[in-house]
Amino acid sequence: MNAIKNLKPSTCNNLINYGMVLVFYIVVQILVNAGVLNNSMQGMLVPICTYVVLAVSLNLTVGILGELSLGHAGFMSVGAFSGAIFWMISGSQMSPVVGFTLAIMIGGIFAGIFGALIGIPVLRLRGDYLAIVTLAFGEIIKNLLNAIYVGWDSNGFHFSMKDVSALGLDESGEVIVNGAIGITGMPKASTFTAGTILVIITLFVILNLITSRAGRAIMSIRDNRIAAEATGINITKYKLMAFIISASFAGMAGVLYALNFSTLAAKKFDYNTSILVLVFVVLGGIGNIRGSIIAATVLYVLPELLRELQDYRMLIYAVVLIAMMIFNQSPQVLAWRSNFVSKISRSGIAARFIKQKRQSEEV
Amino acid sequence: MALLEVMNVGIAFGGLQAVSQLDIKLEKGHLYGLIGPNGAGKTTVFNLLTGVYRPTEGDIILDEKNITGKSPAKINQAGIARTFQNIRLFGEMSVLDNVKIGLHNQIKYSAFTGIFRLPGFKEKEQEMDYKALKLLKIFDLDTVAQSPASSLPYGKQRKLEIARALATNPKLLLLDEPAAGMNPSESEELMNTIKFVQKEFDVAILLIEHDMNFVMGICEHIYVLEYGRIIAQGNGESIRNNPRVIAAYLGGD
Repeated sequence: MNAIKNLKPSTCNNLINYGMVLVFYIVVQILVNAGVLNNSMQGMLVPICTYVVLAVSLNLTVGILGELSLGHAGFMSVGAFSGAIFWMISGSQMSPVVGFTLAIMIGGIFAGIFGALIGIPVLRLRGDYLAIVTLAFGEIIKNLLNAIYVGWDSNGFHFSMKDVSALGLDESGEVIVNGAIGITGMPKASTFTAGTILVIITLFVILNLITSRAGRAIMSIRDNRIAAEATGINITKYKLMAFIISASFAGMAGVLYALNFSTLAAKKFDYNTSILVLVFVVLGGIGNIRGSIIAATVLYVLPELLRELQDYRMLIYAVVLIAMMIFNQSPQVLAWRSNFVSKISRSGIAARFIKQKRQSEEV
Repeated sequence: MALLEVMNVGIAFGGLQAVSQLDIKLEKGHLYGLIGPNGAGKTTVFNLLTGVYRPTEGDIILDEKNITGKSPAKINQAGIARTFQNIRLFGEMSVLDNVKIGLHNQIKYSAFTGIFRLPGFKEKEQEMDYKALKLLKIFDLDTVAQSPASSLPYGKQRKLEIARALATNPKLLLLDEPAAGMNPSESEELMNTIKFVQKEFDVAILLIEHDMNFVMGICEHIYVLEYGRIIAQGNGESIRNNPRVIAAYLGGD
C-alpha cells in the first residue's frame, strides 16, 4: 500500500528534531572546549534547555490540545520547589546522577499532581476563561510558595505559613524554605548535558504522544470538540492527559532550572515567565514543536547577544519578534515554506534518506 | 425488537417545545428518511438521538439498552454515529487521521504504549491504517489520504465525514443532509455509495435530506416532521400522496 509508505516522513521529521538538538549539543561542547564561549554564555546553556522544555511542553497544551494556558510558570515552580527540597534533604548526599534524576522525577510527579488538581476543575472552561483561570492559579501557587516556611528535622517535615520560629524545629532541624527568601545554599547540580538529556526525553515523549492514538484524540478535540465527542472520544480524559503531561514536564524543567542556581525564590516564577514561554510557543508556531525549540533558543539568547548594542537592543529584539511572527504565521510564507520543503525533499537529501530507510526496513 | 426505539421523546428549550411526542422505530439494516420543512426540528431529533441534547421527556432505547441522557461519546460507543449538517471534520489533521480517530474505540492501545512504542504499537497502527484506507477506498478518498481534511472540496468532505462515522462501527448511522451542495451526478453517486454501505456494513441508516429525489430514491421508510411532531410516515409513494405532507410543504389549510 502506497499510502502507508507515505506515513514515514513524520518519523523522519521527528528524527530531524532529535538531530538538531544533538548537533547543537555537540557544537556547544566543541565551542566550550575550544574556549570560545565565555562564562556568561556558558551560564545560559542550562536556562536554554529549561526554556526549550517549557516551550515544548506548553505547546502540547496550546498547540496540540488547543487551550490557552497562562499558568505554566506555576507548574514550573511546583516542580522546582519539590525537586529542590528533595535535593536539600537527601538528593545531594546520593551519587549526583541518581540524586539529580530523582529530584527531576519528583519535580515532575508533583507538578503532574498539581496539573491534575487544577486541571479537573479548570478544563471545564474554554478559551479566554481557561486562560484567565490558569493565570490566576499560577499566581496563587507563586504567592503560596512566597509565604510558606518548610523545615526538616529528625521528626520529619514542618510547615508553617507564619515564620521560621513557628516551625518548632528541634536542634537537628534546618530551615529549607524560608518564605519569600526561598531556598538558599543549594549545591548546584544542573549541567548542560543533563539539560540536553531532559530536552531529548521531553521531545521523545511529546512527539511520540502526538503521533499515537492518544495524540490524535487530543488533536481531534482541538480541531472540533463536538465532532470528537460524536466520534466517541472521551474529551475529559484526553484534555486532562495533555494538561498533566504538559504540567509534569514544566515541573521537570523547573527542577533543572532550580538546581542551576544556589538560591531559589518563588518570585522568579511569576506571570512574566508564563508569558515569555507563551511568546516562544506562539512565535515558534502554534503546534509546531520544532518551532518551539528554535524560538526558545533564539529568543532566550538574543537579548544577551545584543547587550553590546545597548540602546538598539530592544529595537532589534522587536524586529526579530515580528520577523518570526511573519515567518511562522503568515499564510503566504507558510505556503512558500511547504513548497520549498517539498521541492528539497523531492530532489535532495531527505528523499534519499527516506528511500534508504524504506529499503532497510523492507529487508 | 427494533434496533432503535424512540418512545414519546420531547424536548423544550424554555417555553419552546421543539420536539414532542416523537415515536420512531428503526429496524436493523434498513434505510430511513427524515424530512420536513425548514425549522421542523429534524436536526434537533438527531441531537436528541446522539446525546447533544438531553430529552426533557421520553426514552431512547438502542438495542434493548436505554441510552437516554448518556453523553455523546457514550452513545457513539453504544452504536450511533452521525454526520453534521455543517461539516465538522478535524480540519488540520490528515484525511487518514480523521478516519483513524473514528477507529479510536475499535482498535485500542494505551497512551503509555504509544509514547514508549511498546510491542503492539506498530501492529495496531498498521491495522488502523489498513482499515482506514479500506474505508477511504469505498468513498474514493484513498488517493488523498495524506492531505489535510480542510483542503478537500466540499463533496469529498461530506464523504469523509461518512467514512469517519462508519469507522466507529455503528449499528445506526445518522446522516444530516449528506447530499447538500452536491450536483446531480455527485448525489447520484452518493446514493449508490450509501446503498452499498448499508449492505456492506449491515447498518441502519437514518438520513435527513431536502433533495426529494434522493430521499425517495433510497429510503424504504420515511418520517415527516412538522413543528416537532411526526405528521406522517410510510414508503415514498404514500408520503408523496399524503395530503398533510403536501400541505406542510406547500402550505394549505
